[in-house]
Amino acid sequence: MLLIGYGNPGRGDDGLGPALSEAVAARALPGLEVDTDYQLVAEHALAVSSHDVVIFADAEIGAEGAYSFREIAPGAPEVLGSHSLVPETVLALCETLYGATPKAFVLGISGYEFGEVKEGLSARAAANLAEAEAFFLDWLQTAAHQREAADA
Amino acid sequence: MAEPRLIEISPVTRVEGHGKVTIHLNADNEVDEARLHIVEFRGFERFIRGRLMWEVPVIVQRLCGICPVSHHLAAAKAMDMIAGVDQLTPTAEKMRRLMHYGQVMQSHVLHFFHLAAPDLLFGFGAPAEKRNIFEVIKENPELGKRAILMRKYGQEIIEATAGKKVHGTGAIPGGINRNLPIERRDHFLATVDQMIEWSLDAVKLAQDYTLEHEDLVAEFGSFPSNYMSLVRESDGALDLYHGNLRALSSTGDMIFDQVPYTKYHELIVEDVRSWSYMKFPFIKSLGPDAGWYRVGPLARMNTASFIDTPLANAALKDLKAVTSGTPNNSTLANHWARMIEVLHCVEKIRELLNDPDLQGTDLIAKGDRREEGIGVIEAPRGNLIHHYKVDEHDQVTYCNLIVSTTHNNEGMNRAVKDVAIKHLSGKEQITEGMLNHVEVAIRAYDPCLSCATHALGQMPLQVELFNADGALVDSQTQCV
Repeated sequence: MLLIGYGNPGRGDDGLGPALSEAVAARALPGLEVDTDYQLVAEHALAVSSHDVVIFADAEIGAEGAYSFREIAPGAPEVLGSHSLVPETVLALCETLYGATPKAFVLGISGYEFGEVKEGLSARAAANLAEAEAFFLDWLQTAAHQREAADA
Repeated sequence: MAEPRLIEISPVTRVEGHGKVTIHLNADNEVDEARLHIVEFRGFERFIRGRLMWEVPVIVQRLCGICPVSHHLAAAKAMDMIAGVDQLTPTAEKMRRLMHYGQVMQSHVLHFFHLAAPDLLFGFGAPAEKRNIFEVIKENPELGKRAILMRKYGQEIIEATAGKKVHGTGAIPGGINRNLPIERRDHFLATVDQMIEWSLDAVKLAQDYTLEHEDLVAEFGSFPSNYMSLVRESDGALDLYHGNLRALSSTGDMIFDQVPYTKYHELIVEDVRSWSYMKFPFIKSLGPDAGWYRVGPLARMNTASFIDTPLANAALKDLKAVTSGTPNNSTLANHWARMIEVLHCVEKIRELLNDPDLQGTDLIAKGDRREEGIGVIEAPRGNLIHHYKVDEHDQVTYCNLIVSTTHNNEGMNRAVKDVAIKHLSGKEQITEGMLNHVEVAIRAYDPCLSCATHALGQMPLQVELFNADGALVDSQTQCV
């Protein structure tokens, strides 16, 4: 399983993705590889191709609640730019280039302050991060139990 | 007779950051004016004040998620000067160079294969749904895989030298905080020859395109200009990491040469214009009208006397032969220049990997502290200047940055206007394909517009059409 947290920690709440991935990486959980990056780029297609499950963690604007979590499928936008590589596009590249279609999810963490050169998360975003991390750890545990049950 | 109108392309797609193009058409549908507007975050220069000098090389990476290593190294060079270090240890300089070559290589590969290739393969007027990397991959899947592996190679070198991909800490005032372990060296050596082979193929691809489209390349967004870059101190060779400043005219006459970059402010003035947030630098001795210049890969090919790696130097000779040794003024030739630099970077990476200094343990030099420091490098997109002053508490009191895209501001604006006049003027209908011609001209400079914020659902592409009364008559928006 692979977790990719992405965003720019120097742009306020845009750093929510990296904050989550770094917090999870510090736990050194078995079976979970963690990557942190500024943005999604084409080579992430290669990274996800060798995993069964991938989770993309990013800041999100306009979501209801502290975070959202949804399964996604490969999909190419009509217009594609490096700045706009979205998780669905990474999956589509992965499928096109490597023939792999891992199960994929987006964990969007609600943020509010973007654009300005600013270190650190807003107070509300930091609270959302804590909720999102707790959810993710719980989800991981549930997923592990389900795999164990299936293996048995 | 049609109404005068204003066309906006906002933001420009496949350009890093936020940009907007406005094109003013008169009643006869002739282009009156065309401008590139860039949202620049000058706030960073204020943000950095009060920070400790030791933090600066790390913090400046937050300026931009696209080329953080360039800022990291330029700031580190400025802090070397403040730390009183004029000569790094061999291990420190070579580790930094390795980091820089990895950065330039992966940045250029991204631009050529993922951003420019759709335009070059399918034509500037091809439908939008055709102009993307998926269509390129459908045509040539192996090319797509190579591009990804080349990018990965460069990124891994950055990680090995800077410590991590986001906010690396490798370069510190006076040196570097790590060397390259043998096992990492061997990992990179195992595939470096493959990278060179693929780089040679990439050069051929770009060269073939340029020569096969000679007429298009000669006229598309092309115009004479001055050129500026660092060149190697001893002999004027291409040097992406360190050197002195050289500027040439469009015909190859030397404007200045081998000037230490610490004197940049004696050579360059930053002009301001009411309609743009971004400044317009020019060469002081020539004035604002004649003194504007271009930087970047093609500028470096024009200013460099030669390249000190054999394969890239042979490629440079081929490029220079097209214009009989005089500066190449064709905007689209930037793509060929960019691939020559990829080849050069990989050759330098191989040279460095075979150098035992990378495993040295003398990492930091010391000197007598100064209050002011200037660091300049040749970033992927061109010359990058960082200038700082610090107080007795090591806190930054002054910061001035001139980024590559600012150097190229006038050139990009001229390219936009040139292409708009040639491809939009007099047309009854302005199609999406026509507007893409304007974007192609901008993309040739690979501008980085200093914005890496990208939260989900937040990158609308807007093309808006206004009539003479300022009323919106047409608008298209999509999330890209």
